[in-house]
Amino acid sequence: MTANTKSWALHIALLVTLFTLQFVLPAYHQGNIARIMMLAVFAMGYNIMFGYTGLLSLGHALFFATGMYGMGLSIQHLGISPATAFVCGIVAALLVTATVGVLALRTSGVAFMIVTLMFAQSGYLAVLFFGEYTRGDEGFVIKQAQRVIASVDLADATNRYFAALLLFALCIAVTLKLVTSQFGHVLVAVRENEERAQMLGYDTFKYKLAAVLISGTISGVAGAGYGLLFGYVGANFATVQYSIYPLLWVLLGGAGTIMGPFFGTLFMFYLIDLASDLTSAYMLIAGVALVLLTLFARNGLMGEIRKRVLPWLP
Amino acid sequence: MAAINLLTTRGLSRSFGGIKAVHNVNFELPAGEIHALIGPNGAGKTTFVGLLCGRISADSGQVFFSNEEITALPVHKRIARGIGYTFQITSIFSKLSLYENVSLAVHRSSGDKRRDFDIQISEALDSVGLLDRAYQIAGDMSYGHQRLLEIAMGMAQKPKLLILDEPTQGLAQSEIAGFNALLKSIVERSTILLIEHNMDVVMEIADKITVLDFGEILAHGTPEEIHANEDVQAAYLGKNNA
Ligand SMILES: Nc1ncnc2c1ncn2[C@@H]1O[C@H](COP(=O)(O)OP(=O)(O)OP(=O)(O)O)[C@@H](O)[C@H]1O
Ligand SMILES: [Mg+2]
Repeated sequence: MTANTKSWALHIALLVTLFTLQFVLPAYHQGNIARIMMLAVFAMGYNIMFGYTGLLSLGHALFFATGMYGMGLSIQHLGISPATAFVCGIVAALLVTATVGVLALRTSGVAFMIVTLMFAQSGYLAVLFFGEYTRGDEGFVIKQAQRVIASVDLADATNRYFAALLLFALCIAVTLKLVTSQFGHVLVAVRENEERAQMLGYDTFKYKLAAVLISGTISGVAGAGYGLLFGYVGANFATVQYSIYPLLWVLLGGAGTIMGPFFGTLFMFYLIDLASDLTSAYMLIAGVALVLLTLFARNGLMGEIRKRVLPWLP
Repeated sequence: MAAINLLTTRGLSRSFGGIKAVHNVNFELPAGEIHALIGPNGAGKTTFVGLLCGRISADSGQVFFSNEEITALPVHKRIARGIGYTFQITSIFSKLSLYENVSLAVHRSSGDKRRDFDIQISEALDSVGLLDRAYQIAGDMSYGHQRLLEIAMGMAQKPKLLILDEPTQGLAQSEIAGFNALLKSIVERSTILLIEHNMDVVMEIADKITVLDFGEILAHGTPEEIHANEDVQAAYLGKNNA
């Protein structure tokens, strides 16, 4: 078996496991896993920029929230169908990403982090400023009647799980194809040594811009999907917290691996879930776990597995 | 011999602060030769070739490549026209395998067959004697091997002009004979502009030599002419022997 076949087999096995889990999991965990899959899509989008291209953004909440609000606002105020609204959300995320990408990529390193952070803060403030439409902090609920696509009711727990799985599977397939292509190799080259990549004849600005576009758009898909599946759109998702989360999930799961973001999200979600049962200082426990991981598993879960047992893991 | 120039510069200049690193250089490079660029430390050699490939922008002057002006082109467009460049300070993808390093140099386009692509990579690695290490991580190799990898990457680009900035630095004496033979085989396909401090290498393989000193061309000629040139001995050889 070639490395490529092995990695497809492994990723399909993960998807089959998730499919089967739907039939055995109790309702509570079923809901959690659906949420985790959508958030993992967000993290996978983030990982294209951070893990593969080496661009550290602190503003991905903007892209997630743009997808979410693009979808939610068009349902709420334009009265269009949820499927069209979903596409609106993605297009909105693509446009916002393109604008931020072109401007932010004029900088690099710390300046890039700050510029992306500032853009995301402006996005958050815009949500509050246009409270008349967005209902500010409070947000708004998307009613069950507005969440039916092709007579499939996405408010139903089982449908919701499979819809999340479908988006997650698509995202796995697209990113796996992407990072194993020549294009993906060039992204890694940019991450490892941008000047060298340039001297080999690659227009590195174009590659970075493409990475930002793909990353932001996938994050927008996650935001639009999350809002549609869970029926709520709120300013909370535009806060800096939602820019930091994908970074943590990716670091935990393994930057520059396809499955890492999923396991990072899964791990952190349940860690916080369990910790909050024990103490109100649950973020402390999450913090300690992070410190331990960075001390003892620098490459994240999947990164360590790649290093120790599966060197072919993409 | 009415040679066609592959590369020409006119009045090329670049300063850093008050230092005229390259000053008003008019340079002609005919196709098909191994041309050595020598000069004392800080003479402006690296800056000069940086101006050719676009790593460094010129303050004034022009660069022509294959009869077209490329002065204003960004790096990647110059590379696309057929300039290959290897760094004085080794610059490879140290976390990637040798195979991946060279594959990035080859530029696979969508039409290419996987097999042809693999063959090109293997050939480049084989020519520097690193084929059996193809799946090693580049950063784990010795410095000398990393230098050879740089050269393999330059070759894999199949450039019309290959610029090598002190490629023998860090090579063992035993590797240098092989290196000379390698350059002689490359020059059948690519013109070579070689910055080199090792005078034995220069004298053995260069067809022509240009001597740079304080950013200006001090002398130009065959190895014999340069060897006999008193200015050069004063500026360069003298300094080296001191
Ligand atoms: N980026 C830079 N900033 C400031 N000064 C520079 C820069 N690059 C080169 N210089 C200066 O320009 C002059 C020419 O440097 P250059 O590196 O081109 O010399 P060189 O001939 O390649 O020397 P060597 O044989 O040591 O490699 C030197 O005085 C150097 O200090
Ligand atoms: Mg130099």
